[in-house]
Amino acid sequence: MNKRVGIPGGLYFYKFYPLWESFFNELGMEAVTSIPSCRKILDDGVNASNDEACLPVKMYHGHVIHLKDRVDMLFIPRLTSISKNEYICPKIGGLPDMIRHAIKNLPPVIDVEINLRDKEKSILEAVYKIARISGISKNKAKSAYSKALSDYRAFREKVKRGVLPTDILEKKIYPLPSKRIDTYKVLLLGHQYNIYDAGMNMNIIKKLKNKGVEVVTIDMSSSGELREYASTLNKKMFWNFGTLAIGMINKCIRENNIDGIVYVMTFGCGIDSFVCSMAERRIRKFSEIPFTVITLDEHTGEAGVDTRIEAFTDMISWRRADENNFSAPG
Amino acid sequence: MKITFPHLGNTYICVKPLLDELNIDCIIPPFNNREALELGTRHAPECCCLPLKINIGNYLQAYKKGADTILMAGGCGPCRFGYYCELQREILEDMGIDMKIIVLEAPYGNVWELVRRIVKLTGAFNLPKIIWAFKNASRIAISVDKLEKLCFKIRPRELNKGETDGVYKKFRTEALSVKGFRGMEKHIAKTFDELNSIKMNKSIEPLKIGIVGEIYTTVDSNTNFNIEARLGNLGIQVDRSVTVSGWIVEHMIKKALPLPRDMEFAKAAYPYLGAMIGGHARETVGNTVLYAKNNYDGIIQIYPLTCMPEIVAESILPAVEKDYDIPVMTLIIDEMTGEAGYMTRVEAFADLLESRRNKNTGQKAGFDLTLRSGNI
Ligand code: SF4
Ligand code: SF4
Repeated sequence: MNKRVGIPGGLYFYKFYPLWESFFNELGMEAVTSIPSCRKILDDGVNASNDEACLPVKMYHGHVIHLKDRVDMLFIPRLTSISKNEYICPKIGGLPDMIRHAIKNLPPVIDVEINLRDKEKSILEAVYKIARISGISKNKAKSAYSKALSDYRAFREKVKRGVLPTDILEKKIYPLPSKRIDTYKVLLLGHQYNIYDAGMNMNIIKKLKNKGVEVVTIDMSSSGELREYASTLNKKMFWNFGTLAIGMINKCIRENNIDGIVYVMTFGCGIDSFVCSMAERRIRKFSEIPFTVITLDEHTGEAGVDTRIEAFTDMISWRRADENNFSAPG
Repeated sequence: MKITFPHLGNTYICVKPLLDELNIDCIIPPFNNREALELGTRHAPECCCLPLKINIGNYLQAYKKGADTILMAGGCGPCRFGYYCELQREILEDMGIDMKIIVLEAPYGNVWELVRRIVKLTGAFNLPKIIWAFKNASRIAISVDKLEKLCFKIRPRELNKGETDGVYKKFRTEALSVKGFRGMEKHIAKTFDELNSIKMNKSIEPLKIGIVGEIYTTVDSNTNFNIEARLGNLGIQVDRSVTVSGWIVEHMIKKALPLPRDMEFAKAAYPYLGAMIGGHARETVGNTVLYAKNNYDGIIQIYPLTCMPEIVAESILPAVEKDYDIPVMTLIIDEMTGEAGYMTRVEAFADLLESRRNKNTGQKAGFDLTLRSGNI
């Protein structure tokens, strides 16, 4: 029987699942993930993890608990860096250590370090290491990885055309967003797991869609383009997410085709505390785009998020109406 | 140009003479205080880490005294510190405060950029003089740290309670007005003599606590409510491996030049934390192991609320606590931390260690109860 590799459904799942899934399947294993985030997963995660950890890390603990007894091994890579000269977050870099000390009776954990900070090529080292651990030849691993990479690129292409990654991950086929004249385009900004994990953010995407809003995310732009836009920063940001987020903000301000920006941050997130503040400064200084912040923690209630979204979409429609009034007589 | 720089424990004691020798006017902000913290809290984003807020307070207070340029260190991640310079620049700009910021760093290995900034700072580029000045400043940092460690040893043993504190406080205040390397070296030497003449009870075997955690909150006594002196006055000998000189020499200089670094802590941390994740998390875990191996009685971890690397370390420390049977207490500091509640926890921890030792050895440790109840 094929070995089952568990890929917990939190954190970088939302960015890399298609890559990892295809890679392990190509290696002749079976990639398995946990159920979508829910109260039970969160409660288990909160109980297992450190009080001071952020919501996404707690949720991830819950996913590991849910998955650990159903698989032969767990894939919890140490993601130090996924792009040249950039890092992710100390907590993501220390994730396997946190998990190992918080959760007992884990199956074997594949915790290879992925560190592309100095050399983007070093991804192959990680691939070979996984091959060694699972007793698979280097060559097979290499070709599995190139197949996985092309699957991942196909996924990225779809996202860049405007399909939400969650719609692909859930294997749902949504039509491309219809271009109705009265829809608003809202940029949903934040770490992937904050914006896409519906069980964690009280279904923000669905709520926005129900209001007739077209949701745009960072992933729909190419990272090369966003980096170009971020190059106006006085000092290059060394967080992958931060660079892309600031690039996206600059792009929205320049192109002026977004009706509102919602920043979803987690309480206590060190990266968000900086990036959100710098994003807000730019939006307020250089544009009139309505901007709001929704902060998530384990006590966030659905009602609060509803009110926030309600107020925000109302504000956008008023502004629209105003603009139309102004332009009518002219 | 009038330069100021953020406080970090005793850093001013080596930076001030450095600037003196390079003929740069400088204004040292008032020691970290409530007002600085409040100013910073008001103007910095809420979820930022505490050091950033206090830095802002330092700048604003120095600005009021006439400073127009800020000198600070940089970095390249993964932790927030390396981006302090940019967020702080934007905060000051949006407040309408006209201060320039010079960040001493070689961004992504670009040494020429560093040179350019030093020229901007010193007005000329006299390489031998600059090397000479930085060498001397590091030497001063090292002797100040030695002096601090001597205080850690004397406090629990001194016969006249409070004598060490008196000498040390005077040393810090007077250092503000000392000029140049020669002056500072003399000042330090004089203080060593004063400390060495303090009468001690040498037979005492005090409890020993290792202080670990995020660098700013462990090193800066004005931020951590003077924890080292307080513990010392409770009759406890403290130690802290992370120091200002270590930060300058190991973190800044040796990392910039390809010099071998002292990585004993990393080896000790390895079974628990397998990689560098930023900040001082590896030091925290590794030094906890080393202190335990050296028969310390307990560990206190200190960090600012939301400090990412230390949260990872804190999640791991229970394993070290269990493996080495050493109690660990974590103190988290933010602008809301009240001194009374904080000290109660520290004292309760000291009590715990004391009773553990009595149980283990049956002997009475040098734990001074009179001072704890406040009547010396
Ligand atoms: S980036 Fe923020 S939300 Fe993500 S793990 Fe780090 S601290 Fe948590
Ligand atoms: S180590 Fe902690 S306090 Fe220092 S910059 Fe990083 S998060 Fe902030």
